[in-house]
Amino acid sequence: MTDLASEQGTEAARRRPRRWHILVFLAPAVVIYTAVMILPLFETLRQSFFNTVNGEHVFVGFANFATLFGDPRWSADFWNALRNNFIFFLIHMAVQNPIGVALAALLSLPGLRFAAFYRTAFFLPTLLSFVIVGFIWKLILSPIWGVAPWLMDLVGLKALFAPWLGKPSSALITVSLVSVWQFIGIPMMLIYAALLNIPEEVIEAAEIDGITGWGQFFKIKLPLVLPAIGIISILTFVGNFNAFDLVYTMQGALAGPNGATDILGTFLYRTFFGFQLQLGDPSMGATIATIMFLIILTGVCIYLFGVQRRIRRYQF
Amino acid sequence: MYRTTLQGILLASSILAGVGTAMAADVTLNIESWRNDDLQIWQEKIIPAFEAKHPGIKLTFSPSAPTEYNAALNAKLDAGSAGDLVACRPFDTSLQLFDKGKLEDLTGLEGMKNFSEVAKAAWTTDDGKKTFCVPMASVIHGFIYNKDAFAKAGVEVPKTVDQFFAALDKIKADGTYVPMAMGTKDMWEAATMGYQNIGPTYWKGEEGRKALIAGTQKLTDDPWVEPLRVLAKWKPYLGDGFEAQTYPDSQNLFTLGRAAIYPAGSWEISLFNTAGLKLGAFPPPVVKDGDTCYISDHNDIAMGLNAASKHKDEAKVFLDWVASPEFASIYANALPGFFSLNSTAVEMSDPLAKEFVSWREKCKPTIRSTYQILSRGTPNLENETWTETANVINGTDTPEAAAKKLQDGLDSWYKPAK
Repeated sequence: MTDLASEQGTEAARRRPRRWHILVFLAPAVVIYTAVMILPLFETLRQSFFNTVNGEHVFVGFANFATLFGDPRWSADFWNALRNNFIFFLIHMAVQNPIGVALAALLSLPGLRFAAFYRTAFFLPTLLSFVIVGFIWKLILSPIWGVAPWLMDLVGLKALFAPWLGKPSSALITVSLVSVWQFIGIPMMLIYAALLNIPEEVIEAAEIDGITGWGQFFKIKLPLVLPAIGIISILTFVGNFNAFDLVYTMQGALAGPNGATDILGTFLYRTFFGFQLQLGDPSMGATIATIMFLIILTGVCIYLFGVQRRIRRYQF
Repeated sequence: MYRTTLQGILLASSILAGVGTAMAADVTLNIESWRNDDLQIWQEKIIPAFEAKHPGIKLTFSPSAPTEYNAALNAKLDAGSAGDLVACRPFDTSLQLFDKGKLEDLTGLEGMKNFSEVAKAAWTTDDGKKTFCVPMASVIHGFIYNKDAFAKAGVEVPKTVDQFFAALDKIKADGTYVPMAMGTKDMWEAATMGYQNIGPTYWKGEEGRKALIAGTQKLTDDPWVEPLRVLAKWKPYLGDGFEAQTYPDSQNLFTLGRAAIYPAGSWEISLFNTAGLKLGAFPPPVVKDGDTCYISDHNDIAMGLNAASKHKDEAKVFLDWVASPEFASIYANALPGFFSLNSTAVEMSDPLAKEFVSWREKCKPTIRSTYQILSRGTPNLENETWTETANVINGTDTPEAAAKKLQDGLDSWYKPAK
């Protein structure tokens, strides 16, 4: 029996020539991806175990990590950046995603007029560059020339206006909300697509059972788009922990005031490339990059093994 | 379709290559700088003046944003894509580049004899043996004021600190003008135009700066904390929402004639001159009338040669010209506020620039306290000073707490030679 099987196998191998074209077609993607993603990643990980001691580039083991977590200054900066990054992420999860879901639910209402216009309008900021978004909002919020204080003055709320970007207590929240404004289109689009995928029959069945309006949304639609919400959460997580551009354009590399908006991305930038009189330190920079990689890896793993497997999918 | 595109590209590249060989006689030198404000002056005045005398050498001035320059330059030098000539920041930033072999040794350059030891100090090795950049200019700190605003509020140009605050009070009471145009959002305004501007008066210029490097004085000593205390008193005189006011905001506020006093660096002069306001300037006020005044006359910019340049000989021709009195005269007059470091005195026509440079005669000059040696380690004293001076003005930290943080940061890596 086994003999027969193996004979058949060799027979098959003889009949079918090696399929080289598979390799040929895979090669460009593999080569480019390896060159621009995998190699730099491993090079960064390797770099984090090296440092310059007395002018020589030597292997130092975990000494860089010991400095990052052990030295009171480095660790204070690091924990500050990590805490701010978590706040940044939580604001996105608490504001961006629910509003995104709500917008998608509104857009998918049958009979909504100008739906295409709203969809485009909500999605437009996502297409803008960080630099443009950063500068526009810096100008809008400027206490001297900004539109915001003027508009608030029109409705008699001038007293509530504050230089939000300049106050340690409000700067991070403001920057987070600007980022939410920019990226609201992504959860909206993904959920919108998922909502459109729900078959009519399911909705009709619900209506026949007397479930309409809010009840229909929470009991029928929301469970059906839960996998899409899961994907959005993990995209938000990865995006937020890699964020850098918006804080850099709005608050500068020192991520002021008093480090209030410093997230891991800006901390990495300052350390790796240096800033003003401070010279770049590639080893410590790579160390921070490694930690960022591990944080994101952990988050993604928790999602993949802890959440995604439990999400129930419905086949229609 | 694909074939024709490819052929097109090949054809185009061969034509371009042909152009390259045909132009080989002309060498183009690229200049890296952080002075993007100067682009026009280089293109309209400096480059034509040089090219007219040196046919065969073409110059391209390609500046980047000031806050990104150092990082960008380091990355470009490492990658081998930096320009032939690079603008040098003073002290360690450039010294480190020289130590790493990125900058050419220019000690033997003919034009170097036009500069004094002090002028070269910011671009010379610690042992004073090798110079690696040709000094171009220094900047002086002080206060620029709007003469109309002073007339409206009826105040005289202040000489002492008390008069200074009295003037601010009067302008504030008058209400027409924002007393002082400065914000803390970008932080370096507070450190550079604030602390380094008024500070030398308290720490006695070079005396205090050298004592700090020698370790005989600390940042928590009174001469170093007092300027922070004075800075903290500036808060009520700044514009509404100064916490979110950026550096360009401050400049605009002043050039639109809405502010009375601008804590300035002399590099602002050319920009402010275009505003059509009646402007004057005064040096940092002294504590008691008759005290010696101190000014920050900071070596700011020089020009170095990228060691990896392919056209070193031509670049040296240019650097020799940069060291000449001719360049000094063009530069100082085209950019009033950037004062030549050349030993030959340069005649300047701008009245505001003349006012600034006149302080060199009556006040004792010093350079910014954080630049030499003290910003070598991590945490970086200069960057910490940005954050802490902004904190002091915002009221986030008391002057004493800020000074302690700065000294602790310095102590963590700096061990002064005993």
